[in-house]
Amino acid sequence: MGKWEDNKAWFLVLPVFLLVAISAIIPLMTVVNYSVQDIFGPGDRIFVGTEWFEDMLSNRRLHDALWRQFLFSGLVLLIEIPLGVLIALAMPKRGWGVSVSLVLLALPLLIPWNVIGTIWIIFTRPDIGLLGVAINGLGFEFDHTSAPLDAWITVMLMEVWHWTPLVALLAYAGLRAIPEAYFQAARIDGASPWAVFRYIQLPKMRGVLTIAVLLRFMDSFLIYAEPFVLTGGGPGNSTTFLSIYLVKLSTAMDVGPAAAFSIIYFLIILLFSWLFYQALQNVGTGDRQ
Amino acid sequence: MARIELKQIAHSYLPKPEAESDYALRRHDHVWRDGGAYALLGPSGCGKTTLLNVISGLIQPTEGRVLYDGEDVTDLPPQRRNIAQVFQFPVIYDTMTVYENLAFPLKNRGMDTARIEARVGEVAEMLELTPHLRRRAMALGADAKQKISLGRGLVRSDVAAILFDEPLTVIDPHLKWQLRRKLKQIHERYHLTLIYVTHDQNEALTLADQVAVMVEGEIVQVGTPQDLFEDPQHTFVGYFIGSPGMNILPCAVEPGAAVVGGQRIPLDGRLSDKAGAVQGALELGIRPEYLCLAESSANGAVPVAVKRVEDLGNYKIATLSLGAHTIKAKLPEDQDVPGEQAFLTFPPERTKLYADGRLVA
Repeated sequence: MGKWEDNKAWFLVLPVFLLVAISAIIPLMTVVNYSVQDIFGPGDRIFVGTEWFEDMLSNRRLHDALWRQFLFSGLVLLIEIPLGVLIALAMPKRGWGVSVSLVLLALPLLIPWNVIGTIWIIFTRPDIGLLGVAINGLGFEFDHTSAPLDAWITVMLMEVWHWTPLVALLAYAGLRAIPEAYFQAARIDGASPWAVFRYIQLPKMRGVLTIAVLLRFMDSFLIYAEPFVLTGGGPGNSTTFLSIYLVKLSTAMDVGPAAAFSIIYFLIILLFSWLFYQALQNVGTGDRQ
Repeated sequence: MARIELKQIAHSYLPKPEAESDYALRRHDHVWRDGGAYALLGPSGCGKTTLLNVISGLIQPTEGRVLYDGEDVTDLPPQRRNIAQVFQFPVIYDTMTVYENLAFPLKNRGMDTARIEARVGEVAEMLELTPHLRRRAMALGADAKQKISLGRGLVRSDVAAILFDEPLTVIDPHLKWQLRRKLKQIHERYHLTLIYVTHDQNEALTLADQVAVMVEGEIVQVGTPQDLFEDPQHTFVGYFIGSPGMNILPCAVEPGAAVVGGQRIPLDGRLSDKAGAVQGALELGIRPEYLCLAESSANGAVPVAVKRVEDLGNYKIATLSLGAHTIKAKLPEDQDVPGEQAFLTFPPERTKLYADGRLVA
């Protein structure tokens, strides 16, 4: 039987195409447009080719911000994924405890991002903040406005507090979806709690953990509002992450270099998300023939 | 290998069971003979899985003791009872190879590598898994996965009994009988005690030499397939085994006869005497296979109306009505069935009486 050639169905895709075009493709192309031109004013521009890209790739401050960003996202993944899994494992499986812990976990996720920065500014102030006063009271000098290490610790604490619940919720959903028979079989097979985790729970959580790693990587790589409010990128440049640097560039009216940098930024995230996805999809599934 | 004894066993999922209906497993005694192949048959939700989990130790019974060869194991966790259990859905460890899956229970018990290899090799050979040993278990089909679950039970040489919880539910029909045959082979070779939960009576009758029928949390009869067919101890057994099931008709009893819908059906004299002495609602039970249908009145035959006759190829099923009651009769293929009115004979030696569901004998 021959196929009925009727391509009218493509029209149904049109609204989505328009939506994506307006929301993603057109803005992206504007950025591409800016990245290859030097614009002096309306109607006054010259084509500069890859000059802005070369500029950006040899920019020392950009390199610093990039390494800082990798260190930050790496730490975020190393802390939040295991911690989230641990929390999910410790959560109650039934009864009223389930809803209580779910609500408690979800609280940080409901707060607007710039408000989180403000909360942590006050929380960690050495003169009036609960945490700041407590740490200084224990005899440690702690001031995130003057010491780079203190600023890093504060930003990490804030990030972990804010986003670990998301990982925990995802991991919890993954754990709850494992059929009871797996645990029963493991008991009969005499498996230790570690073996149950290693051979049942962890493999069964692969899907949700892939999503958790991707989300946390992308989000932390793009982090802006919270550190901007908390430290403003300081002290010095010690917490100037990529997007903070990018905003500094573009507000200084260096639109061309900022656009070139945005594209590089976008490609880095795309590349790493793809790498993580491939790695996590393939882990433990290869056929060992 | 072991004889499994259940003493006054009962289980409830509620924290404080009171009424009898709170119990998923009603209090009873039962003995599973060493080396027996048993099928546990019953409708969904009758407590088959609960009973199985009590035996394997996944569930601590609310009351009673579980004994293996006379030894009380009620308080032992499943890994310390020598038991294997195969579940409805194949349980395999995704990240392991077939070999690692089979070796897992032995590794957990600290056996040395050389012995593990020998054991796994032997079991894989028997289950025809040898060519797949180095492959990921996840990549195999449902039937191979179920064989792996079974293999994880068999590798332990000390295993006393294997419990199956509807293991063929997710297997394709044409592979079902292969696996069933494999199970029989294994049973013959190792003489393991085998308890097989199912709600498929064909599966139960072909696999087991003893069938236990369970309903509402208790085992109502254990016997060979023939016992269950010829001598149902409970109306449920009569109804559940056989196709169509036993005819069950509410009745009253007079000396030498049961009265159904105003008609006298002759009974064995001793049976009607006994029935007169018991309490409870009386029912008459007769298998459709034993009824005789004739055109003309004979001694003791009762008049019935013929409502429908279905020809099923090698036999016929006649649907008859006796007063307000419907009766099914299974007739030979070559018998002509009279049009509207006919006479039905209940052979007294095949006619059973039940009081509150239980056989009067």
